[in-house]
Amino acid sequence: MDARIWALAGISLVTVATFYLGYRSSRTASTTQDFLVARRTVRSRRNAAAVSGEYLSAASFLGVAGLVLKDGADALWYPVGFTAGYLALMLFVAAPLRRSGAYTLPDFCEARLGSRALRGLAAAFVVFIGILYVVPQLQAAGLAVSNILPIPTWVGSLVVTVVVIVNVFGGGMRAITLVQAFQYWLKLFAIAAPTLVLCMLFIGGGGLRGGHVTGLSEPLPPVFTEHTTLRIETPVLLEVEDTVNLVANGVVDGDKVSGSAYWTPLGSPYEVDVGTELHFYEGSAVPVVVGAPITNDLWLAPSTSGSDLVTTYSLMLALFLGTMGLPHVLVRFYTNPDGRAARRTTLHVLMLLGLFYLFPILLGALSRLYVPELLVTGSTDAAVLKLPTRIAPGLLGEILGAVLTAGAFAAFLSTSSGLVVSVSGVLSTDVLRGRVRDFRFATAIAGGAPLALAIVLRPSDISLSVGMSFALAASTFCPVLLLGVWWRKLTWVGAAVGMVVGGGLVLASLVLNTISDFTGRWAPAILGQPALITVPIAFLTVIVVSKATPARMPADLAQIRLRMHAPDGLGFVRDRAVARFGTPEERARMTDGRHRR
Amino acid sequence: MSRQPGEPADRERGGGFPDPPTKPRRKRVVLADSRAPVTVLRTVVELEEQTSYGEELVSQLIRTQLRTAVRLWVITVLLLAAMPALFFYVPDLAEVTFAGVGLPWLLIGLVPFPLLFGMAYWYNSRAERQEQDFVAMVEK
Repeated sequence: MDARIWALAGISLVTVATFYLGYRSSRTASTTQDFLVARRTVRSRRNAAAVSGEYLSAASFLGVAGLVLKDGADALWYPVGFTAGYLALMLFVAAPLRRSGAYTLPDFCEARLGSRALRGLAAAFVVFIGILYVVPQLQAAGLAVSNILPIPTWVGSLVVTVVVIVNVFGGGMRAITLVQAFQYWLKLFAIAAPTLVLCMLFIGGGGLRGGHVTGLSEPLPPVFTEHTTLRIETPVLLEVEDTVNLVANGVVDGDKVSGSAYWTPLGSPYEVDVGTELHFYEGSAVPVVVGAPITNDLWLAPSTSGSDLVTTYSLMLALFLGTMGLPHVLVRFYTNPDGRAARRTTLHVLMLLGLFYLFPILLGALSRLYVPELLVTGSTDAAVLKLPTRIAPGLLGEILGAVLTAGAFAAFLSTSSGLVVSVSGVLSTDVLRGRVRDFRFATAIAGGAPLALAIVLRPSDISLSVGMSFALAASTFCPVLLLGVWWRKLTWVGAAVGMVVGGGLVLASLVLNTISDFTGRWAPAILGQPALITVPIAFLTVIVVSKATPARMPADLAQIRLRMHAPDGLGFVRDRAVARFGTPEERARMTDGRHRR
Repeated sequence: MSRQPGEPADRERGGGFPDPPTKPRRKRVVLADSRAPVTVLRTVVELEEQTSYGEELVSQLIRTQLRTAVRLWVITVLLLAAMPALFFYVPDLAEVTFAGVGLPWLLIGLVPFPLLFGMAYWYNSRAERQEQDFVAMVEK
């Protein structure tokens, strides 16, 4: 059977299962408590699976393997950072945040610092980070769909948006918890099973000796495993290590070419324009996008250039501290029954994530051998989807590919659902008037806005734009959370100024970086991952401004500190009322719902 | 059924009989139990009303919790942050292999995950013990 039909069947199955679970559990989700915090009764194991399910996004499922394919050992810091963020969350934030009794991040800001203005500012940042994070999910969905069907990429984005909005319309948080927990196990299966089969085929086929491939430790570039014709969709700068014979039709280095060409290391880099077709012969060396390691031995070892070292540290800082500021991650912690459960949830999450990330790393290394042509087009995110049919041509490869595609689709669905829920929760209670109808309206906005952006913006590497949202979260919410939980003298003025300065700097570097991408890549690497500069500045600003405005410390400070830090058993926790959500009639009509885990 | 502080435990033991015994049972009447109840209330009230003693207790608890968290975080971050620097200054290390897998891939791609989980496990048990100690101290 055709590979497309298998993949479509996989995607449909995931979508239907998501729909069904959402529908089944949303019949009983009707009150505000259900929609926003799942009545704060989700047990830690299920909650951990839900947190992980929500967190493992397109960046984890496709992006990590793609980055490993391109950057090698340096890219390993992505999965490590994605996981380590949870340790910081657990050590410093999880239990006190839950005990504060807040139900969203802006609500925490108001509870701790007693300022409506700060609440509004925090709400704006939650919406912004949320949308910035959904865009790459939708773009990845477009990529996955256009990989199997000859349709434009926006169709996939649209499908994911519609499924998410309909599901969230139904049940909000309540439905989503079960769906997310299911999605984690689905994704783990969808990546683990194909990876193990592919590894066995690779080893069974004689490993490196089995095919015409370059060993991963050899000082040679990867080679094409078959005759390959590539169409360049975005302009690229390519480098070669050895002379390469190819046939080029289109525009190279500004000149029109058609016919055979001869690329040499001296002539590198070659600038290839959109629409150019390149034909490579089997066994010839693969040209690589400028900036990525060319030969396999360079790829295998961590980079030895100083600027890459700085970028690595900047990335580590963003990922380590950014996780705690992601709205869709935090919103799950409010659903725990108490602070102790919040801590245990994080412990489970660390295990579940560690288990998952072994597989994309393996797939990334395998794809360096079998799908090196992605290095030419730069669309390395497709590596996971293209690998199976290359290693195992025929039915087996098609089925494995379908399983991976379905898993990737689960990743887009779950992360976008989580983000849409948390963004629309904030929109409906802080911007609109907070009726259930408003929640649904907010959901439409929270899904529609990123869809428009995903269609308009040019897709870049998925994990990189995700890295930017981590930097933004680390420079805005992280200082407020850390200092809010542990430092008495924090004031709302300090928090607000710090958020504006930290967020503003990250946005500025985002804008500069985008401009430089269109006008010849003049920006220094640090602008692509500015956390190393922006996070310390944000922390300093918060501290200095807070010290300058000691009069603005909240009056009930001691009460809040006691509530956040006293053990659960003493009973100081008071959950903040989620009162502004749902009119009295709505609430009366809806209280008969049976509670369902 | 929640037990009032100071209520003698043997009341509960007799509770399950369908018929009361014909002869009234002997009971020990305790007017004041010196062991627990009164102080429970007193310390909790001190915490609630934020007397200077109560605030001192809370600040102490926060300091202990923060110290544990920071210590574990510093250890973890030092271990992880040392790796890029290590491979930057000693590039030859990247060529060491174990069972065909390069040292960088083992150290960056594999080791951090159990390390992070281990640290989290350690913190979880320490934090829970600290909280139990605090509760025990308050209810002493």
